[in-house]
Amino acid sequence: MSTTTTSKPTHSELLTGSATAENRLPGWHMLLTALAAVLLAVLVLALFGSVSIGGVLVLGYGLHLVIGYLYSRVREGRRWAADRLVTMLVYGAFAVAMIPLISLLWEVLHRGIVRIIGPIPLQFWTMDMAGVIGGMDTGGISHAIVGTLLITLGASLISVPIGLFTSIFLVEYARYGALKVLGRGVTFLVDVMTGIPSIVAGLFGLALFITITNDPGIRIGLMGSVALSVLMIPTVVRSSEEMLRLVPMELREAAYGLGVPKWLTIVRVVLRTAIAGLTTSVTLAVARVIGETAPLLLTVGALPLMNANLFEGRMQTLPTFINSQYRSGNAVCNSDVMTNPITQIDYACSTTINYDRAWAAALTLILIVMLLNVIARLVSYYFSPKLGR
Amino acid sequence: MSTSAAATPTPQKQSDPPETKARTAKRPGDLIFSGLSIGSGLLIFLTLLLVAVFLTIRSLPAIQSSREVTGDADAVSLLEYTAPLVFGTVFAAVLALLMAVPVAVGIALFISHFAPRRLATPLGFMIDLLAAVPSVVFGLWGGVWLVPRLEPLYMWLNTYLGWIPLFAGEPSAPMRNLATASVVLAVMILPIITAVSREVFLQTPRLQEEAALALGATRFETIRTVVLPFGRSGVVSASMLGLGRALGETMAVLMVLSPGSSFSLHILEVGRHNSIAANIASQSAEATPDVMARLIFTGLVLFVITFVINAIARAVVARSTQG
Repeated sequence: MSTTTTSKPTHSELLTGSATAENRLPGWHMLLTALAAVLLAVLVLALFGSVSIGGVLVLGYGLHLVIGYLYSRVREGRRWAADRLVTMLVYGAFAVAMIPLISLLWEVLHRGIVRIIGPIPLQFWTMDMAGVIGGMDTGGISHAIVGTLLITLGASLISVPIGLFTSIFLVEYARYGALKVLGRGVTFLVDVMTGIPSIVAGLFGLALFITITNDPGIRIGLMGSVALSVLMIPTVVRSSEEMLRLVPMELREAAYGLGVPKWLTIVRVVLRTAIAGLTTSVTLAVARVIGETAPLLLTVGALPLMNANLFEGRMQTLPTFINSQYRSGNAVCNSDVMTNPITQIDYACSTTINYDRAWAAALTLILIVMLLNVIARLVSYYFSPKLGR
Repeated sequence: MSTSAAATPTPQKQSDPPETKARTAKRPGDLIFSGLSIGSGLLIFLTLLLVAVFLTIRSLPAIQSSREVTGDADAVSLLEYTAPLVFGTVFAAVLALLMAVPVAVGIALFISHFAPRRLATPLGFMIDLLAAVPSVVFGLWGGVWLVPRLEPLYMWLNTYLGWIPLFAGEPSAPMRNLATASVVLAVMILPIITAVSREVFLQTPRLQEEAALALGATRFETIRTVVLPFGRSGVVSASMLGLGRALGETMAVLMVLSPGSSFSLHILEVGRHNSIAANIASQSAEATPDVMARLIFTGLVLFVITFVINAIARAVVARSTQG
């Protein structure tokens, strides 16, 4: 058996390489075993009368782990068989991770597009939910888009200055003495802050405003912005700190040498050099918090109408809209055309309308996030300084 | 990237002239600017402190009116209210971690050591794409797409492996149970564990790897003897970061799990568990001040748990990168 020879190769075998090199098989042998495994899987599944692509892939992969391993063990020996097995497992792990990604993107795309292009193209983005009841085949998310953008803008206005100044502090000021110790502490806390659960941030916003205003029922857009900025500040700090550290020390030294004050050096030299990276990091931070749901659920509430005032009244946002539509479930339709009991206007009725709206809003949200990501990458690609890295 | 970031701090320390400290103090612009910067740094301390303080203040009524404190039999027992929630939260997060870590380590190895060099970056980007998906969309996907697809698997597990306590009980469709919630959680924490592990694996000393290969080790043996020992602490801390995220995740649990309150180990049974975050999100809309205080108390518990776990994870990272 080849196993015995490979597990304890003799000295001459090692010198000539016959123990390792000659026992290796070309890659197409694995393709053959894979084919055998898939055929076997088809046969087995056909016996049970349930052949499906998914079933064949899963069973075939499982069988190939066994068949491929045994084949390699016989032909190549124990060590290389283990290598083959691990390679297969690692490829399998990647394939497993692709299932949720691809299925999720596909579901959101093909279910969400229905509502956006129909019944009237893009009407979904221009209407709000005022007066929409039951299974009414209408309604839109303009109010939710506006709410999401405004609240995220508010959060950015709070967290970008704080985050930026904190990173400036960490890079430019926390260098020696007490400030250095403080900087260590800040870095640690920022790291820990990254892990604050979003719902806790929401509770914080709620508790803060209830305590300040003494009104337990207060729900305004600004509360959402404050809650989101708790989540956003650490991301801004981390990424902009990295960007500022990339600015070469020689630039600062040149500015100091010309007698430029430190703060002007930071503003005109350091920030100027890092502006592309900073834009990217801020955009990515925005993309991260724009999909946050839980804090907004607590602090902003829900509203079927347009409300563009951050300082008064509830607002609707895309994530909470998706959640509320999903929770509404299937609508009740007694017939295809129903009459509004109040306005006496007939409307088309659809039982799945709530889910349709949820998917369409999800697609819109993902589009916004992707757009932000693309912008961030483009900015960093085209405007980043050439540092000869 | 990592090399340039690591290399820059050293020259910075030396090049700062000692007298700048005295001179900068004179200029008003410098004073304002350094004040703003240091103030922002302090604000981070303040924010975390405020989170803890406000949550404590707001949960005081719940603590004071709890049966454990007042001895009143009619009062709500805070412990009985919180304990099942903590159990559900930790249980779901640990299950998610058990599912996510092996897959994440596999993916990280795949990207760092197995995939063709040219494909490694785009494949890594695809995993990062998962991290960009908002949690509410994961909830929607889990509730609509995943729940019916996991049903045959659950029925099979329950029928043939029902003697294991985990799979025992009576599952019933739709499968809005803890198992599904943990699957969604596992998908959500996959990107962060993968990203951190991948970074650590890529930092394995190249010479050691080449030495192992030169000794005739297979790729697997190289990974087992060089890469994994080097990256172990990184993987541990990545897992803890993932655990922290899974503990605090709201929407996936809220939209997938049908809630209950028990210490049941039967993850396939519906309506047995709930998590702190999902409970807060579902109850807060129509909460009276009393209920709200209790919810905020559970939030405080969650904050403390995740704080401790994240602190440990970060400390492990810091120690492993310094050494």
